[in-house]
Amino acid sequence: MITLVELENGKTATIKKIEGGPGLKNRLEVMNLREGKKIRKTCSAPLHGPVVLEIDGFKMAIGRGMAKKVWVEEI
Amino acid sequence: MKKILLMGNPNVGKSVVFSRLTGVNVIQSNYPGTTVGYTKGHLKIGKNEMNIIDVPGTYSLSPSCKAEEVARDMFFDENPDLIINVLDATNLERNLYLTLQILEKNIPTVIVLNMWDAAKRKGIHLNLEKLQEIIGLKIIPAVAVTGEGIKDLVNIINEITLNKNIKLSKIPKMDDSEKWAFIGGILSEVQKIEHRHPSLLEKLEDASVKPFSGIIIAIIVLLVTMQVIIGIGEFLINYILDPLYYQYYGPFITSLVQNSIPTGFIHDILIGSGYEYETSFGLLTTGIYVIFAVVLPYILSFYFILGFLEDFGYLPRLAVLLDSIMHKLGLHGYATIPIILGFGCNVPAMLSTRILEGKREKFIATTLIAISIPCMAQTAVIIGLLGQYGIQYIIMVYGTLLILFITLGAILNFLLKGESPEIFFEIPPYRIPHMETLLKKTWMRVKGFLLEALPFVFLGILAINILYLIGVMGALSNLLSPIMSQMLGLPDQAIDALIMGFLRKDLATAMLAPLNLSPNQLVVACTVLATSFPCIATFIVLIKEIGIKDMLKTVVLMLSVALITGTILNIILNGLL
Repeated sequence: MITLVELENGKTATIKKIEGGPGLKNRLEVMNLREGKKIRKTCSAPLHGPVVLEIDGFKMAIGRGMAKKVWVEEI
Repeated sequence: MKKILLMGNPNVGKSVVFSRLTGVNVIQSNYPGTTVGYTKGHLKIGKNEMNIIDVPGTYSLSPSCKAEEVARDMFFDENPDLIINVLDATNLERNLYLTLQILEKNIPTVIVLNMWDAAKRKGIHLNLEKLQEIIGLKIIPAVAVTGEGIKDLVNIINEITLNKNIKLSKIPKMDDSEKWAFIGGILSEVQKIEHRHPSLLEKLEDASVKPFSGIIIAIIVLLVTMQVIIGIGEFLINYILDPLYYQYYGPFITSLVQNSIPTGFIHDILIGSGYEYETSFGLLTTGIYVIFAVVLPYILSFYFILGFLEDFGYLPRLAVLLDSIMHKLGLHGYATIPIILGFGCNVPAMLSTRILEGKREKFIATTLIAISIPCMAQTAVIIGLLGQYGIQYIIMVYGTLLILFITLGAILNFLLKGESPEIFFEIPPYRIPHMETLLKKTWMRVKGFLLEALPFVFLGILAINILYLIGVMGALSNLLSPIMSQMLGLPDQAIDALIMGFLRKDLATAMLAPLNLSPNQLVVACTVLATSFPCIATFIVLIKEIGIKDMLKTVVLMLSVALITGTILNIILNGLL
């Protein structure tokens, strides 16, 4: 397992685990970022900026600190 | 009167549905205690009259930001007669989560599956009948931008609001994981996705957040935006507002005042000396001209372009692109939006800093906007004074402001304790804006500007006119001019203009123009003018937003920055050039 930050650009992966409290989990979950979901990493914004990923054909921006708490497995 | 709430995720086209359902009588309001806006409108079908509220977009009823709190409070406290739940047909899975939460409350609900055409284009096939059967409610496929499905929606709204025996959904209450499982079940039954290649617009979407291409696109967008804003503004002034002022309003108002109050203090305050806007200084002449023919056209074109970029879906990408830099300045990608707004008018920019979390971020954002973001009126002054000498001088002023923005932000970020929260949001797909909704939004913002800022601008002009006429301004400039002219390398009269400009930028232009300053001196004057003080309206909003204590800090900072920057510029420009 690697974190979203480590996942290479353009690669698809499955979310395996989300670390952190119920607040963070809930925030991610209502956006459909849940364990078992398939995502694709588009890129990281310039200067180690937020991670941009694609889920169900929709783009999301997620801060690096949060992205480090999302563990994924590359497909 | 019946009350209808329009609810759904952000970016599903709620506002277009709203715009389709309501006429022109739309009121934009703020939810008590917040600046998170919602829009209220009126819908009349035959004799059936209803109020309809466009609730801020939300992903769930368990909020994680201000807008979502407002959405939740409205849902639970407003006792609506009907909910119109707008869903994005291309993203059913996530959208249905909110739908299940709404249906739990057992309020009559209509579901609108918007972007029905986009779903087809994307190769998403939905079995509508099956979906209706599972949810147990009428579901209307719609394409709000073209008006498809709106008629059906209107009929159903009428039916439900008139009828007392309304069918409610039979879906039972579930916990979160049960909800997702249930949604998964629905999708496997009603949705089939066939693979399509990404369209050109979709490729552009990716390109505008990737580091290299993103920055190039941002620069192009910025340049084109500036060009268009200035183009529209100039067109409005030259072909509509100037002729109106000089041919009709000016002659009319001067002769009216001349005939009723031929001389004296009141006469001077009202119309000064004739209606040439640059020299008359009257409240009803220069004052009116500046507000309506200098500032308003640019505000109008600015809000139109801003609304276009917003509806097209570009602004969130800019926020993502700049997030990392913004964090180094103690801000957050979201702060990009108030800052961009500031280029139009600092007043809405200050108000919109409320979307930022925390006092620290708010202080940094408001201070940076007040000092280094010139509003459209200031830009007009800068271009008016320096444009004739060439673009390089304008670049000097804006370059200095940019350097100030970055240095000040970095310093404030270092000095003030705390951290800015992380970015987390959906980046909407690019969409061609719906013209009617865009025009409506532009008009509402312009109206907001007129109602909110205009009275203050007017009062400010009046106050300064009185101070000027009774000699206070003159005394003040006598006192400060010797010191300032030494530091800034400007003649005494120019300092008078700058002091005046603290409150009236337009007067400053008028006073600086005839002094025959060199372009370098004008660069110094314009920079000091831009950094020293925002207008009086911004000032009052600033007190309201950050309190008098923090505002005083900002003022001290502002004055020192203006003087120091002006002095340094003077040394550099007159030393090197």
